[in-house]
This record gives sequence, structure tokens and C-alpha cells, in this order.
Amino acid sequence: MSEAAPALHRRLRRRGRNAGAGLVGAAIVGLWMFAALAAPLLAPHGEAAIVSNTVFGPMSGRFPLGTDYLGRDVLSLILYGARYTIGLALAATALAAGSGVVLGSLAAASGGTLDAVLSRAMDTLISLPGLMFALVMVAALGSSVPVLIATAAVIYTPGAFRIARSLAVDINAMDFVVVARARGEKTHTIMFEEILPNMVLPVLTDFGLRFVFIVLLLSSLSFLGLGIQPPAADWGSLVRENIQGLGYGAPAVIMPAVAIATLTIGVNLLIDGFAGGRRREFADGH
Amino acid sequence: MNLPMDTETAVEVADLSVMAADSAGARRPIVDGVSFTIARGEVAALIGESGSGKTTIALSLMGFARTGCRIAATRLRVGRTDVLALKRRELAAFRGRNVCYIAQSAAAAFNPARRILPQVIEGTAIHRLMSRAAAEAKAIALFHALALPDPEGIGARFPHQVSGGQLQRLLAAMALITEPELLILDEPTTALDVTTQIEVLRAFKRVVRERGVTALYVSHDLAVVAQIADRIAVLRDGRMQEAAQTSHLIAAPEHPYTASLLAAAAPTPRAAPAAAEAPVPLLDIRGLVAGYGAVRSSGLPTVPVLHNVDLSIRQGSAFGVVGESGCGKSTLARVIAGLLPPARGSIRLEGESLAGRAAARTREQLRRIQIVFQMPDVALNPARTVARIIGRPLVFYHGLSGAALRRRTAELLELVHLPTSLAARYPGELSGGQKQRVNLARALAAEPSLVLCDEVTSALDTVIGAQILDLLAELRERLGLSYLFISHDLATVRALCDEVMVLYAGRRVESGRRDTLLRRPVHPYTELLLSSVPELRPGWLEMVPPVPAARGIAAGMGGRGCPFFPRCPHGIPDLCAREPPPLRMLAKGAEIACHRSEEDLLALQSQKSATAAMPPPASVSTCRELQCP
Ligand SMILES: Nc1ncnc2c1ncn2[C@@H]1O[C@H](COP(=O)(O)OP(=O)(O)OP(=O)(O)O)[C@@H](O)[C@H]1O
Ligand code: SF4
Ligand SMILES: [Mg+2]
Repeated sequence: MSEAAPALHRRLRRRGRNAGAGLVGAAIVGLWMFAALAAPLLAPHGEAAIVSNTVFGPMSGRFPLGTDYLGRDVLSLILYGARYTIGLALAATALAAGSGVVLGSLAAASGGTLDAVLSRAMDTLISLPGLMFALVMVAALGSSVPVLIATAAVIYTPGAFRIARSLAVDINAMDFVVVARARGEKTHTIMFEEILPNMVLPVLTDFGLRFVFIVLLLSSLSFLGLGIQPPAADWGSLVRENIQGLGYGAPAVIMPAVAIATLTIGVNLLIDGFAGGRRREFADGH
Repeated sequence: MNLPMDTETAVEVADLSVMAADSAGARRPIVDGVSFTIARGEVAALIGESGSGKTTIALSLMGFARTGCRIAATRLRVGRTDVLALKRRELAAFRGRNVCYIAQSAAAAFNPARRILPQVIEGTAIHRLMSRAAAEAKAIALFHALALPDPEGIGARFPHQVSGGQLQRLLAAMALITEPELLILDEPTTALDVTTQIEVLRAFKRVVRERGVTALYVSHDLAVVAQIADRIAVLRDGRMQEAAQTSHLIAAPEHPYTASLLAAAAPTPRAAPAAAEAPVPLLDIRGLVAGYGAVRSSGLPTVPVLHNVDLSIRQGSAFGVVGESGCGKSTLARVIAGLLPPARGSIRLEGESLAGRAAARTREQLRRIQIVFQMPDVALNPARTVARIIGRPLVFYHGLSGAALRRRTAELLELVHLPTSLAARYPGELSGGQKQRVNLARALAAEPSLVLCDEVTSALDTVIGAQILDLLAELRERLGLSYLFISHDLATVRALCDEVMVLYAGRRVESGRRDTLLRRPVHPYTELLLSSVPELRPGWLEMVPPVPAARGIAAGMGGRGCPFFPRCPHGIPDLCAREPPPLRMLAKGAEIACHRSEEDLLALQSQKSATAAMPPPASVSTCRELQCP
């Protein structure tokens, strides 16, 4: 009844806030992407160059974010570290989301036994504790970039699969898919032509969320010393290497942590903006 | 806020405009300079197509503007309240206390997890009007007045335990319990079957008259409005076209738009091309049994829907299937399209047996049967352009590509009277009628022999729906198509089809040629269905004999007897409940499934119409009031 009115207003206001948040998020994420790509141009010093005699030095003109436990420039380390943190997470997310979406829509479009087998397999995977699985993988295969990417992808595929499958099941029941099926279309055509194009937006949202989780997973692995190996360093390893600096309040330990935090918050804001925009599209369409 | 009381007019609206901001930020009126008054105790109706601004006007009487809209009026008064002067807090008290709103979907207004009675009396507690016991007593009195079954006990049920028509009446009780100064009914019966609609309308009319409720009835259906409203205002594009007393407006519409609405409300039969007499029927179905759920050991599905259905569609004919919601019409279409394999029975396409599953049919067989769905919004892939949607069957069945594909796509758009410039658009950028035309064009692209039309006009406005019917009739003549035309609306079936089958609970109860079947129904259910379609004349509602009280669902359930027995006025207590009714060939060429003979049924019919001409004894008082003003 008339109760719908205030709810509608509230939604609209929330939507307005979302759009602004989305822009802020996009700016943060964009900055970090740029930093990762242009690290060699932006970094004032070399990636692993020891450029100062002071360890855990404070912020200064020469070392804008101070120096680390070896006397290296923290700003340069963070800029180069962005390549590992963002690059690895992006690759793993793409792998996880990609296989999740393809398998999920395949399960929904074909139904029956294939659906049951895939769903059970994913249920099994999802029941494994993520960090423990990662530790086992790294212990067994050693830590290398491909192993890290594969591990993170395996851990986050089941979640992507579940979301994609439930989306695809909904779309699968829509009349245009039924018409395609009555026309005699094959399963893969139905999947790529009818179902997948309608999943793009929600899947992108999910992609962002998964990206955040993977950044955090890889950072924790590095923090435990099982991630990216020295001399290369991602943000997680920077935090670990400089952990003694915490007592002195050294920027060397705080700044990489701040970098991780801003990246994840930025991605979250961006997703919120996305979802809000999508809702507006829906509302206008009706 | 309180205006001087005017004892005569309950609602006064002068120069009401509602402005909406479009995406570009430009302001555009969706309601433009509308003025009207409603006298105390009067039922006024707003009528118009969707998008004409009816609901917007109704909502502004509650001081509610949709997001991005602004209301302006020189006067907007309900009772003693100046609606535009109300503050936020006062508005909340005003709605639900002074004005109540009954929407199309009663299910959305009830909380499915709570019992009905507390929800019905909730308004009295919010506005602190009376004690709980008094409110409950009042609710039960309203249930009685609304002719609800088991008025004392129904409040203890949950919303899903009552039917859609009952829920709609319970919603009316919820609205009336606070004795509002104005009751707004927004398409309250549009989602109901005709047979249910008539009961709900009757109940509404009775309470409104007995309690002197002032009401605004919003609808697109002139025939329904003619039964209940004293005055009708016709809207189009936010402007008032014409307002007059009901009988006057219907007998002598002044505005041409009103006349076109009247014409669309009673569609004339489209001329049927002479069908060539082919030796084999195009589609022949024998002994079809189908349903949903796991197949049991008996070979029958857990939820059987269709029982032993036979039908035969001649080349070039339009075959109508009518029946209430849930009787299995769509299931029939799904079986024919190969989307739901039947449990038993045979389907033949020009003598050639068809496999149950689409995947097991040949591409040629698939091409010859195409299906078109009801909801244009979900029938087209929102992520694909019109050209690609129509092009897909051309590629799939005919292997077209490049210039040939583009040419054929343009031809098809032209065939359904759409401009070729639409080809680049996405479905979201089309109107409902346009979407339905694209939907048809996609089916035609396959060059089918038989098109299964599942409620193709039901989601459209009457005028747009009539245009689609015209298009279907035209295509049939030009392309020699055959249709299986499914609808719950007898008027559209009558307009297009030359043969009709009536389904009840998944069983064929009567079938025959349109003119004989729809003009002289024989089966009691067909008769009920036909007599429930509102006619465009005031007073029709009082003339229809009321449906006898249901005999209790248990009487007809579980047994193998006639499924219609619980509602049949002519049921033979022992026989009909126990024995499946035999098929009878009628003199006029139709077939019915009934224990009674044709002569019997016709005699009973004429008896009933003779008694109906006099007011039925139960409601003498109300009828007298209405018929002798
Ligand atoms: N997938 C399903 N699983 C189980 N039951 C179903 C399914 N689809 C439909 N039904 C049931 O089958 C019966 C017939 O449904 P069907 O859609 O054929 O009715 P209909 O005559 O087309 O109704 P309407 O006029 O409302 O479209 C209904 O009782 C419905 O609840
Ligand atoms: S068989 Fe009996 S119950 Fe069924 S329609 Fe005929 S008379 Fe009515
Ligand atoms: Mg249906």
C-alpha cells in the first residue's frame, strides 16, 4: 500500500550517494593501476637499490615515504610492489571469475547430471579452508608466481561459480531462453548468445569483490613469508619485512598497509557505485 | 489544514498537474490540468490506457508523487483536508486513515508470514481508532459484507491459504476498516479470472453501496467500470478527454477517443480466410497427458496438469484455447513446442509423429512450429539488438548471412509494421506493443506453419492489443499461417479464432466452432465463463445469476468424477462426483464432456435465465435500490 512511498525515497537517496562513492572509488583504483603500470617512470629510486644509510628513516624530501629496514626508498618499493599485488590479484581474479562464470552458466544451461556433478564438486572445494589450502599448496609446490595465481584462483572459483550459476538459472527460466530452446539451439549457443550477455554487470560486481579477497589472501601469504619471494616484494611482504619498524612508528611499515587498505576500499566503493548505477537502469526501464 | 466542511463534495480537484523530470532533467507534465469533483457516496472512475496518468492522479490524492515528480494544483481537497498543505508526518496519518488504496496485487499488500486478521485490523491500531475486540468484530462484519466464505474463521488463515479473489476482498476489508473518506481502487480485478472478477466486483459494489463509501475506481476496462461507477472520466496522455454519467458516456460518447475505447472493448471478429480443406490436419493431438515433477511408476508425473486432451488444428485455421488461470493452457503450448515431454499421447504434425523433446525433433519440424509468449518484456533478450534477435532464426533455419540477412530482417520488420530504423535498438528502448511485434517477427522469421500464441495480447492495453489482433489476422491471410491462440479473455478469442476449445482443470470440457460454441454454450462451465465476461452496459452485474456456493472442494477432488462438479449448478450429486463424464457429440457439431444430455442442459439454461430476470431473493434489497433510482 502507501508504505511503498518512503521506501522508494530512501532508495533514491542511497543511489545518489552511491554515484559519488563510485567516482571516488574509481579515482583511487585508477591511481593505483597507473602507479603499477608506470612504476619505473614514477619511482624516484631503483626497485631494490639501497640508497640511504638510515634504516627506518622518516619522511623527507629525498625519501617521501621514508626508508625501510635496509635503507631502501619506501615510495619506490610501494610503486613496484603495486605491480605484484595488483597484477597477481587481477590474474587470479580473472581466472577464478572466468572459470566460475563459464562453469556456472554451463551447469545452469545444461541442467541434469552435469549440473549436479559440477555443483557437488564446487561444494567440496568451498568447504576447504582457504588459507590452509594455500599453505599446503605453497609447501608442496614452492612459492612462485604461477603457483600463487593458481592457488588463489582455485580458492575463489567456487564462490564465483555459485553466483554465476544462480544468475544463470534465473535467466535460463526467462521466455527468450525458452524460445531459443524451442528453436532447437544447442546448449553452447544458448549459453554464449542468450545467457552470458545478460550476466555482465552482476558478474563485474562480483569480480571486484573477489579481487579484494584475493588481494587480502595474497598479502597474508606474503606476510607469512610464503608469497612473493625477495628481492621482489609485494605490499604484504613489505609489511612483514619492516615489522620491527612498528615500534618506531616508521612509515616503512605503515605505508604498505595503507596502500592495501586504500586499494580494497577503493574497489569496494567502485562496486557500490556500479551496483547503484545498475539499479537506476532497472528503475528507469520500468 | 482543515478546510470548511462541504457536505456535498467529498473530493475536489482543480487544475491538477504532475510534472516529471526526465533523464535529461527537462520537466514534462504527466498529468496536465485535470479537474474533477466526487460527491459524497459517489463512485467515480478514471479510465485510460497505461501511461495515461490514471494511477498518478489517484496517488496524488494521497499526497504521493512518484520519485522525481512534483504535484501542483489550485485545489486538492479530500474531505476537510487540503492534501498539498500536509507535512510529512501528517501525510502518514492521512494515508490509511482518510484515504485508502487498494492495488492490483493484493498479495503484495499482505505479509505472507502473518495471519490475515491482525493485518486487516492493523490500521485501527496505528491510528488508535478502537479497541482490538471492536476492530475484530468490525472486520468480521466486513468479511460478511464482502461475501467471504467462513467470515469468522478466514482471518486465522495465512495469505497463501486463500484464493486471489478472496485476498483482494480481504484487502478491501483492510482498507474499509478505518472508514476512510475516500477509497481508491486501482485496477483491483485486473489480475483475476472473469469468474472470480465477477464475485469480487459484486462484493465491492455491495459494500460501497451499503456503507455509502466514496470511491475512485481506476481501470482500463470500460465494461468493468460501467458496472460500478456512477461517473466516468476518460484520460489520455495526462489530460481529461471527457467526463460524464456512466450510462450517458457509454450510450453517447462525445469524444472520438472514448468511442475508440468503446470499440476496442468489444472487438469485432476478424474476417477469416476460407481454409483449404486438407485431408490431414496440420496438428493432431490424441490422448495427451502431461504435467510437472518426477515421473512416478505409473508413468504419470507427480503434478499432472493435462488429462487426456484431444485436439486437431486444420491447415490455415486459428484454434483458440480458453480457460481459467492454471487450467493448463500454457502447459499445452509447452508440450506442443517440445519444451515439456508428454507422459502419454501422440502429437502429429501433418501426419508425421513428433518426438516429445525438442532436441529429438528434426530442424524442419522445429522450424514449422514457433512459439510467442505473453510478456513482451522477458520474451526478448535485453542484451541483443532487434536485428540480431530477428536475425537469429534466419541464420539458424535458413542459413542467411550478409546482405540477404539484412534484407530479410528489414522485410520482416515491415511485415509487422515496424519502421526498419528500429533494427539497431535494444528491447529496452521499445514500447510494449513494439516489443510484441518484434516477438512476432522473430517467430515469422522461421517461416512456420503453426504459431503458438500464449496470451500475446494479455499484457497490452486494449487498443494496442486490438492492433496486434489485427496484425495476426492480416498475417494469417497473407502467409496462410495457422494459430494455436491461448487466452483467458473470451473477447480476443472470439475476435480471432474459428475453432475454440474450453479447458477446465486440464480437461477439455467443450470444443467446437467459434460461432456455435461462443454464442450458444452448452457445457455448464462454458456457460459460466461466457456469462462472466462483463458487458458494456450498466446494470449487467445485477442481471447475471450469482454462482452457486461451492459445494466444497472435497466433493470433486480425488475422485475420477467431473472436475467441475464442486462449482456446477447442474451437477448430479452421485453420478458427477464419481464417474468421469462421457464425451457427447452435439447437434451443432461441438463436443462436450458432461453427464447431462444436450437437451437437459439447454432446458436448465433457459430455466435459469428466466429466474435471473427477476432479482434473486437473497439480495432483493440491494437490487431494488439499484434498479429503481
Ligand atoms: N514448472 C512447473 N512445475 C510444477 N507445476 C507447474 C509448473 N508450471 C506450471 N505448473 C502448474 O501447472 C498448472 C497449469 O499451469 P499453466 O501455466 O499451464 O496454466 P495456464 O492455464 O497457462 O494459466 P495462466 O492463464 O495463469 O497462464 C498450474 O497449476 C501450475 O501451478
Ligand atoms: S458432468 Fe455433472 S458436474 Fe460436470 S459439468 Fe456435467 S452436470 Fe456439471
Ligand atoms: Mg499461461
